[in-house]
Parts: sequence; structure tokens; C-alpha cells
Amino acid sequence: MCRLFALTSDVPKSPMLAIEALDVMKEGHDGSGVGLYLTDLGGIFGELKEYPILSGIFTREGMKTLDSYLMPMGFKTKYNHSIKVKKEPPPGIPKRYMYHIRAYEYPEDWEDLSFEEKAHRLMMIRLKLREIGQKDESMIVYSFWPDSILLKEIGDPMEVAEYLDLDNIGLKARIIMAQGRQNTNYAINLYACHPFFIQGVASMTNGENTAFVPIREFLESRGFPGYRGYQSDSEVFTHIFHYMINFLGLPVEFYKHIITPLKDEDIEKHPNSEFLKRLKHSCRRLIIDGPNCVIGCMPDKTVVMVQDRKKLRPGVVGGKKGFFVFSSEICGLDYVLKKELGVNNFEYFQPMYIDTVYVTSDRKEVIKCSQMNPLRLPN
Amino acid sequence: MLSNEPITPSQLSLKDLPWLIYWDKEKCQLCGRCVAACPVRAIELGTFRQRIVETPINNKEAHTNLYKIYYGIKQKTDPGHACIGCGLCSKVCPNQAIIPFHNEEPDKLKFHINLGGQPRRRGGRRNVPHTILDRIKFIRISMLTDPALDAGRHEFELRTLLGRVLPPEENLKCYKENGWVPPVREIYPLIIGGMSFGALSPNMWEGLVMGVAYLNEELGMPVRMSTGEGGCPPRLLRSRFLKYIILQIASGYFGWDEIIHAIPEMKEDPCAIEIKYGQGAKPGDGGLLMWYKVNKLIAAIRGVPPGVSLPSPPTHQTKYSIEEAVAKMIQSMYMAWGFRVPVYPKISGTSTALAVLNNLTRNPYAAALAIDGEDGGTGAAYNVSMDHMGHPIASNVRDCYLNLVKLGKQNEIPIIGAGGIGKRGNLAANAAALYMLGASAVQVGKYIMQAAAGCVGSETDRCNICNIGLCPKGITSQDPRIYRRLDPEKVAERVVDVFLTFDTELKKIVAPLGRSTSLPIGMSDALGIDDYHAAERLKIKYVV
Repeated sequence: MCRLFALTSDVPKSPMLAIEALDVMKEGHDGSGVGLYLTDLGGIFGELKEYPILSGIFTREGMKTLDSYLMPMGFKTKYNHSIKVKKEPPPGIPKRYMYHIRAYEYPEDWEDLSFEEKAHRLMMIRLKLREIGQKDESMIVYSFWPDSILLKEIGDPMEVAEYLDLDNIGLKARIIMAQGRQNTNYAINLYACHPFFIQGVASMTNGENTAFVPIREFLESRGFPGYRGYQSDSEVFTHIFHYMINFLGLPVEFYKHIITPLKDEDIEKHPNSEFLKRLKHSCRRLIIDGPNCVIGCMPDKTVVMVQDRKKLRPGVVGGKKGFFVFSSEICGLDYVLKKELGVNNFEYFQPMYIDTVYVTSDRKEVIKCSQMNPLRLPN
Repeated sequence: MLSNEPITPSQLSLKDLPWLIYWDKEKCQLCGRCVAACPVRAIELGTFRQRIVETPINNKEAHTNLYKIYYGIKQKTDPGHACIGCGLCSKVCPNQAIIPFHNEEPDKLKFHINLGGQPRRRGGRRNVPHTILDRIKFIRISMLTDPALDAGRHEFELRTLLGRVLPPEENLKCYKENGWVPPVREIYPLIIGGMSFGALSPNMWEGLVMGVAYLNEELGMPVRMSTGEGGCPPRLLRSRFLKYIILQIASGYFGWDEIIHAIPEMKEDPCAIEIKYGQGAKPGDGGLLMWYKVNKLIAAIRGVPPGVSLPSPPTHQTKYSIEEAVAKMIQSMYMAWGFRVPVYPKISGTSTALAVLNNLTRNPYAAALAIDGEDGGTGAAYNVSMDHMGHPIASNVRDCYLNLVKLGKQNEIPIIGAGGIGKRGNLAANAAALYMLGASAVQVGKYIMQAAAGCVGSETDRCNICNIGLCPKGITSQDPRIYRRLDPEKVAERVVDVFLTFDTELKKIVAPLGRSTSLPIGMSDALGIDDYHAAERLKIKYVV
């Protein structure tokens, strides 16, 4: 089973902290891969928040292709933080030419564009690069978005981190999501590696999504070009978040009502029954069956955790004002809280089958909401 | 006959008949019940002459003859009285002295069953025993990477939606703006398909409605039943149980005078209105209630004179285009109930189903599309229609579903599959296969008749005389002497049994697939079949 770890902190942290948490939870994963998502970045990237960062893995040819694609469009390098490892990788980790992390300046003719238009264009560029790169396997593109870095590799998380020297290369972020273990249900493919990302929305999941095919069909038929890929059945969780925010305009507490709606009898008793009934009807093809623990990060930097309807997977959240941790196992949470906060006994919360827990960007508290609670309906 | 008698072409022998009667002289007590009960008078009292030759052992005396007369059962061989294999003779026999059995020889009756130039008409089903639905397996078993669910202990929600479901964005917009939203019913995904009051006996109908009411009111299962084209008993129209009923309107409009007049007195809205444009058993042909069954009660409910055959036209006479006339009819029916009741068309399985569906996607009022495949049953139809016309349901449903996926409307217009579901007794497996191919619900008729009322009909051409009002079980008869055999209370009990069993079996199918929170509509990755071409056609996995 995949191990999931996320933290949200007022003070930017090294991704190594998340890797150590994965290592503590190692019993449960097979060390076959690691995925990292960093946002609300610190360090130099923290000062370049408006500039889109392209993350991915490139061959030498891939770099040439990338430059010849982006440069003529008017993109200029603002800051390059790519990782080029000269030493030989340990067994199990492939040799790469370049882990590309580079912030770009927008082309001049994009200046007057609305955020929505820029967002659309950035996504289309990412998709195009991915498409080009898949042909000759010269480029793997994870994200092209401001204030967002994704890093994914095959191999044991700790070994990958040490190989890439993650602790010392200056990457820091206030929100870090980490997932250990490759997708084992299908062929090993880095596009199948969590966390998944689309336009500022990221999520990672453990457990297989048994309702994958109908959900994929629903998303693919929305006519939105970003809803594609699906090398992993878990990618749909990210896209459902994105769909909820961008198409339905709903806040994070509605996610659970979409993926695991209340039973009809409970909806009848709910103060927002009419709304929820409609949501359940219209989003019926987005209902998941689990077993899944989903941890997501929204564009407003809210970090959220939900469980499947039967709460078949573990999941825990804890911390204190300014620093919160979301973890699939308590040992991961224990380790990080002890290390960062220096105390042994923590209050933590395990969201159950109708709960959503989230921490907003102010990091004041863990907000718990049950699906039975009244909702703030969007205007 | 004597050996020198002339033979007419249609003079058949026992060997030529599909069903033969085995009669045991030793057991028979000559009570005559079998002869009296046989619905087609295939047997009669026979007087047999027997000669016993006694030859002395020493050969010195001449042999003697002893002539005896004995009485017994004789099977008629003329096509008009050929045994139908219903087995009622066996059922009424106190000594188990008689039973019909299938002739292993391909029967010759079929060449002569058109005496007078009248092609064979019958009730029942397509006489082809197998179905591809039985070959579909559920192969995506949850193992280790995700745990299988517990059919007995976990909570399940396997309801479906009947009605036009708006896309999420539009639905939420309507909520904000307080706009009209098409009515949507949350129902059980197994619907009792349209079997008319007239095709079915009053006892059968009463039993079905009682069973459906019990399932809803006592067990909380939102089971719905279509009336078929024959109207609805006036008391039911004015009762609170109407909400469990789907009123069907078909090309004969039978019973709709009564229904329309009852609207002001209705306490509840019906579940939905089904506009029948076709049915699987007789595609492109109208409903047919033969005169045998049109008694006073049926005539009164349907608004016709008694004792005349009621052939509905093959199509609605006012419908010349789907874009205009059909749309108007759907809208008119909506209007009749103040836009509170879903209205949907039902068509025969056909290669043109996609054209119909595509049109309906553009009609904001179309609440669903019901497709009745070639295995659909009927009370009366021409044999040729039943056996040779129509489209298999599996690929029809699949094509329609995938087309909706292409249009992005797969959650908006439910597809209801029908025709041959459970024809070999595998109701839940067949239904689940169709859900996963893309059906939102299925309709069943024959299975309900067989399981809830003991219909003896089968795909080996057993019985299948629903058309002439002589149903041996009283299911499709309008003769009180026959239908009193059927106890409505017992039918209701069996209806409940059927749905409870189905519910458990459906859970036993979906739980190992890791599904419980919603009906797995379109979960085609769970399906496999051992036929490469079928797998390609249905876009499911080929497994051997």
C-alpha cells in the first residue's frame, strides 16, 4: 500500500523531512518509487511566486526539444534550479540526464492575459510537451505552474533523496506532499506516480479506485483538455478536485459530498438536502468506492484529507498552530511532530467515513467537518 | 388410420409432434382430470382394442385369440391440438401416470401450424435458449491491492436514477436561479416490465402490485412496475400506490381515456410515463390482445367493445418524425402532470437505436431510453416476429452507452435494458452485466412470470400459449375458472422473494468487485468474455 505524507508549515521545510517520514513508514511500502509536490515555496522560488516553474525529467535531446519549443514562444529562464547528478545512481534508480526545475518569465505578449487564459495556456503547453516527450521518451513533464515543483523517481525514497541530495540543494516549501511507492497495479510509469497535478491542484491517494473507468469516462467527456492521461486510476481524484473548483465553483468541503455522497436517507435529514440530492444525481459518475485515503492541496494552499465511504484506509492529521501534518500512518506523523515540535504526546485526529479535515493557508487549526454538517452554499 | 387410407399433407403422427405424452396404463385410474385440464385438448379418452394370442405349448391344440377392450389416454395428432408440453396433465394426475416429454426428432408440426393460411401466433419468448449475457464473467475481483467488500455486512446503495439528470454545472445553476429541473426518481434498478392488464390476469396483476407495494412500504426497496399497454385499474389510479407505477402509453392508447380522466383525482403522481414505440418480442409490430382475452372488465378498462381482437398499430399514427411529433408527445405527457413526472420512450432493440438516442440527447425532456432486445417476451405475436426480429440487447446497450460517453451525457439519459434478462434463471448476473455495459436499470417480465407465478413457458417452445387465454397457471388468462388457480397473495410473496434474492445476489457480484456506494454503471473493466469477437464488439476483456 502506498504511504502518504503531507505537511503544511508557516516556516518553509526541506523535502527531506517528508522523505524521512516515508522512511519511518517504510514497513508499508516497497520502496519502488517516490513522488514529491512542493508548493508555497520558500527560498529563491519563494520570491518568484508569479513565475511558472516547469518540473520534469529530461534527456539531453529532451532539453533541446524543450528549449526549441519554449524559447520561440517567448519564455525566458528566470531561475534555474535543475538537478544534474553526475555520480552513478544506486541500483534500482535509473540514470537521468536532468531533473528539470526552472522558473520562466512569461512571454511578453502574455502580459495582458487574464489568469484563466494564462492557466489554460500553461496547461496546454505542459500537455503538448508531455505528448512530444512520450514519443521518444525524452521528456517527462510533471507540471508547469507558478509556485509548484514536482519531483518523481523510481526507487527507494530515501535512496532517491540521498542520490539527489535533496537536503542540501536549497529546495524548501511550506507545503510538501510525498508519496512512497510506485503504482503497482499497472506497468511502472512515472506518469502513474503520485502526487498528480493540474493547474494548482495536487492530490495523492492510496488504495485502488474501483470505480475508475466510469469516472475516467466522465472526466474525459467534459471537453476539458487537461482531463487526460490516467496512467493511474488515482489521477481522477486530482481531476475531481479540479472539476469541483473550476467547473462547479465549490469549496473543499463539498469534495466528500461528490466522491462519497451521503445515503439517500441521510440526505433527506440534511439541512441542505435539496442541494445535496442534486449534487449526488449530477455527479453520480464521480462516486468512488474506495478503499482510498486522499490527501489534496488546493490552489488556495488548503491541505485536505478525506477517506472513502467505508474508511478502509488509515489516515491521521495532527500538529499545532503553524505546523500540521497529514499522514497515512501514525508513526510518520509521530516522527515528524516529535522532530519538529519536540514533544511526545500529540492530539491527532483520524477522519472517519463522513469526515473531511483540512488546514487552510493561515494554518491556525485543523478544521473538521462531517458530511452531516450544514454547508455554506456558494453564492 | 388404415394402411390403405389416403394421407393428407398435414396429417401428422406422434413422431412428428414436438411434445409426446407418456401415459402409464398401470398407474392410471381413469379419473379424467388430465383430459379435463389440458388447455389445448391434446389428449382425449381413448378406447383401445387389444388382442391376446394364446398359443398352447405342445402345439397340439390350436391357438386361441382373446380380444379385450381397455380405456386410456390418447394423444391427438392434428396440428390444432398438438400437445404444448405444459405438463398440466401431470400436475393434476393423482397417480403420476402421465407426463409430456420433448420429442428428440425435430418436429414437423412447424410446417403445418399455418392451416388456413394463418401464420402461427403465440405468446412467450424467442425460442432460442442461450444468451450471451450468461457468458459474461465478472473478472475484476478485488484482491490485496484493494479489499473485497462484504456483501453481508457493508452498507450498499444500489439505486438508480430514472429521469433526465442535468449536467453538474447546469444543475447547480438551476439551483441558484430556482429554475426548473427535470423530475428524477430514485428507483431500484430492476423494474417489472410492461405486462398489460389484459395480457395478464387480474389475479396476476393484483399479486404483482401487492408485491411491489410491500417491497416499497415494508422493505424500503423502491421497486417500480410498468403497466404495459392496457391502462391501469381505476382504483389503483386513485390510490397512493400509483407512485410505484410507470404508466405506459402505446400506439393503441388503450386505457388512456380512463387515465386522463383520473388525473384530477390522483393522490400521487405516477413514477413515470413510458411511451412504447416498440418491444423486443415483436419489433415494428403493435401490441396484440386477442379476442379470447377481451372480456367485459378488460373492455371497460381499455375503453373498447368486448370480444374483439385488439391489434395496436405498429407505430403511433400521429408520429411522423422524432424531432417534432415524438418530442411533442413527450412534452404533452410532461404537461399532463405539471412537469413533475419523467417521460421516456421505449423502443425495440434495433440497429437504429443510436439515431433515436442521439435525437433524445437533444430533447431536454427525454427522461430515459428503454431498449427491449430481441429476447423480450410478449402475450401475443407472430412466431416469425418473435423468433427472427430484433436486435440483441447487449451490443445495443453498449453502443448507446459508449455513444453517450462520447457526447459526455452518460449520466444524463439513463438507458434501460430489457429482453432476455434472466432467461436462463441468472437474473442478477445478467442484470449486473448489463449495468456494467452501461444500462442504468433493467426491465424484466418473463422472469417475474416464471419466478413469481410459476409460468411454465420456456425457450424450447414449451407452453407459450399466453395469447389465447388458456394459460395453465392462470397468469395470462381472463377466464375466472382458470385464473382462480393463481392466488394473488402467493404471487406477491414470490415477487418479494425474487427482489430480495436479486438484491443479495447483486451484492454478491458487486462487493467482490469493490463496489457498494453506487450502482457500477459502465464499469466495463470488470467484464470479460471467452469470445474474442464478442469482447471486441462489447469493448470488454477477452478471457480464456
